[in-house]
Amino acid sequence: MSGGAVSVEERGEGGPPGTPVLEASAVTKQFGGLTAVNDVTFSIPERSIVSIIGPNGAGKTTFFNILTGLYKPTLGRVTFDGKDITGGRPDKIMKQGLARTFQNIRLFGTMSARENVMVGQHSRMKAGLFGSILHTPGVGREEKRAREKAAEELEYVGLKPNTHDQLAINLSYGDQRRVEIARALASDPKVLLLDEPTAGMNPQESDSLTAFMRRLRDERGVSILLIEHDMKVIMGVSEHITVLDHGEKIADGGPEEVRNNPQVIEAYLGKQAAEGH
Amino acid sequence: MSTVAVPGKQRARFRMPELSPRQNLALTVAFIVAAALLPFLLDEGGRIMDNLVLGAAYVVMALGLNIIVGFAGLLDLGYVAFFAIGAYMMGYFGSGFWADAGNGEGVSLLVGEPAASLPGFHFNFLVIIVIAVIATTIAGMIIGLPTLRLRGDYIAIVTLAFGEIIGRIAINGDDLPVLGKVTAGRQGITPVDKIDLPFTDRFQSLNLRPWYWFALAMVVLVLFVNFRLRDSRLGRAWIALREDEVAASSMGVPLVRTKLLAYGTGAAFGGMSGAFLASYLNTVNADQFQFSFSIFILAMIILGGLGSIWGVVLGAIVLSAINNYVIPEVLNQKPKEWFNLDFELSQLSFGIFGFLLVIMMVLRPEGLLPERRRQMELEEGIGSDEAVYESRMS
Ligand SMILES: Nc1ncnc2c1ncn2[C@@H]1O[C@H](COP(=O)(O)OP(=O)(O)OP(=O)(O)O)[C@@H](O)[C@H]1O
Ligand SMILES: [Mg+2]
Repeated sequence: MSGGAVSVEERGEGGPPGTPVLEASAVTKQFGGLTAVNDVTFSIPERSIVSIIGPNGAGKTTFFNILTGLYKPTLGRVTFDGKDITGGRPDKIMKQGLARTFQNIRLFGTMSARENVMVGQHSRMKAGLFGSILHTPGVGREEKRAREKAAEELEYVGLKPNTHDQLAINLSYGDQRRVEIARALASDPKVLLLDEPTAGMNPQESDSLTAFMRRLRDERGVSILLIEHDMKVIMGVSEHITVLDHGEKIADGGPEEVRNNPQVIEAYLGKQAAEGH
Repeated sequence: MSTVAVPGKQRARFRMPELSPRQNLALTVAFIVAAALLPFLLDEGGRIMDNLVLGAAYVVMALGLNIIVGFAGLLDLGYVAFFAIGAYMMGYFGSGFWADAGNGEGVSLLVGEPAASLPGFHFNFLVIIVIAVIATTIAGMIIGLPTLRLRGDYIAIVTLAFGEIIGRIAINGDDLPVLGKVTAGRQGITPVDKIDLPFTDRFQSLNLRPWYWFALAMVVLVLFVNFRLRDSRLGRAWIALREDEVAASSMGVPLVRTKLLAYGTGAAFGGMSGAFLASYLNTVNADQFQFSFSIFILAMIILGGLGSIWGVVLGAIVLSAINNYVIPEVLNQKPKEWFNLDFELSQLSFGIFGFLLVIMMVLRPEGLLPERRRQMELEEGIGSDEAVYESRMS
């Protein structure tokens, strides 16, 4: 724990303000000889939007997978809402209020948009084997409520009602991304992890997603952790940015600070600048 | 993402139409009424009645296996184990097998004469069904446990081994070390009590109608359970984990629990049907519990269309008709009559099933009455995602 405390101090005023809801301290993940995430300490305050950036293969998605329980960290600890969730089961972590989307969309393709969002409510529902077979009044009400909630979430992310019963696989790419967010939101999470949500979107769609993230934070009090490559989105929406390179945290701070950090420019922005962006 | 369907694979094919709940209810009622009236057209003790009883019992098993393989996508090659366990429960609690029970005078529970005064345990059939269901549910979960860390092909191998173990115990169980005599091996436990329900006469071996109606009642029950579960929270969770375990668990579906519920529920119907068949066939014989029986039931659901409830019913009816009628009565008899040939085609029956399945895989891999989802999974490769989930599910 002392290691984590020191690095929080080190960050000084650069650290994100507010009470942290999710904290990772000194997290390391090795795959055989490869260290994908190396001693990363990180926290998300309540009601905030923070980002992780870094070049391809920097370890961003791996870090997400550690937070959500898909990977057990080789070293380090993850606490969520004051509880230790290090290496916990993904479904339990989800139930506690940590929901996510995937970099390469992972919707249930043969289910409708609505059914996908209903699966997202699994942890909030109670119907068991016998209740479902007997279809007790309680189960009937719960099922009806889940359908309504699914429709509400889909509308919240901007899907028109006529698309709700379409199969996920038949939706446009942008709509699939939206359904994935709705599916994650259906569990009313405290923290939402978005892995490159604007990938493959046009500039207008990216803009509306940026606005949507702010709305989500302000209206529903959700904290958002964003992985992104689109600098316009990142700089526009993030309160705090953490930069990973080769699995290590090389910088963190507000957008201005990170933009002007020489190490970051070298590792990441520098490459883009050289390419003429 | 494979949002674009592969060209050339979009052949318009017939599949199970999407029925509204009302249409589905109408179809179900029509099916049950027609099936219930069928015996009045037939000789009550005839060969066809016999085949219908067996067919109905197979439909129960096929719909049970459908929950495991069709809904949850867990390829189970050892379903015969549940048939065996259900049948042995019938043998244990409805025959003279435990001759020492009650100091040789027998123990009876809610049964009439003559069973009540015979040695061995003689429980009411409904009690035995409950015992069989509980025993097979537990067995289903036990077989489920070691497969939880596994995927696809590995699950198939473990379940296959489990079926074989039960089959071996059945064969050699007449003299096991420590346990002693727990089965009657190839000789079989016989006779087995006939079903004796309250308010009706004991079932007879010459009048098969009551047997048939009882089996039909089990079919109705398993159909009902299939439909209700398909459209439930649990049913959605099964489809989700069948398509993508990583996404499912990240969305809050507990994998272990959800899979075990599929194994347990599916197994329960195998046990129920197994207990029924033991009473109907009047024997619990190790030769019944061979690997080929698992394949027989699995072939029914593949033929009909994995996960498609009506498809599975159709597949079970077609295959049991082929097994019980076409092969022994037509393929075996006609060539003899016509050409004076003398060979036993029934020896080749599994060759014939295999041949049918191969033909099926070539012409219509999605089954006779496929379910929309499964058809898409086959044609568009959904559910074949690579996995990032570390196997650490203990
Ligand atoms: N399951 C795994 N097994 C082995 N190596 C892995 C595994 N997952 C990720 N890696 C490796 O870890 C490193 C970090 O990968 P990661 O996917 O986290 O990068 P990323 O920052 O998300 O990159 P991108 O921007 O391309 O999405 C890469 O070198 C990758 O090959
Ligand atoms: Mg990534």
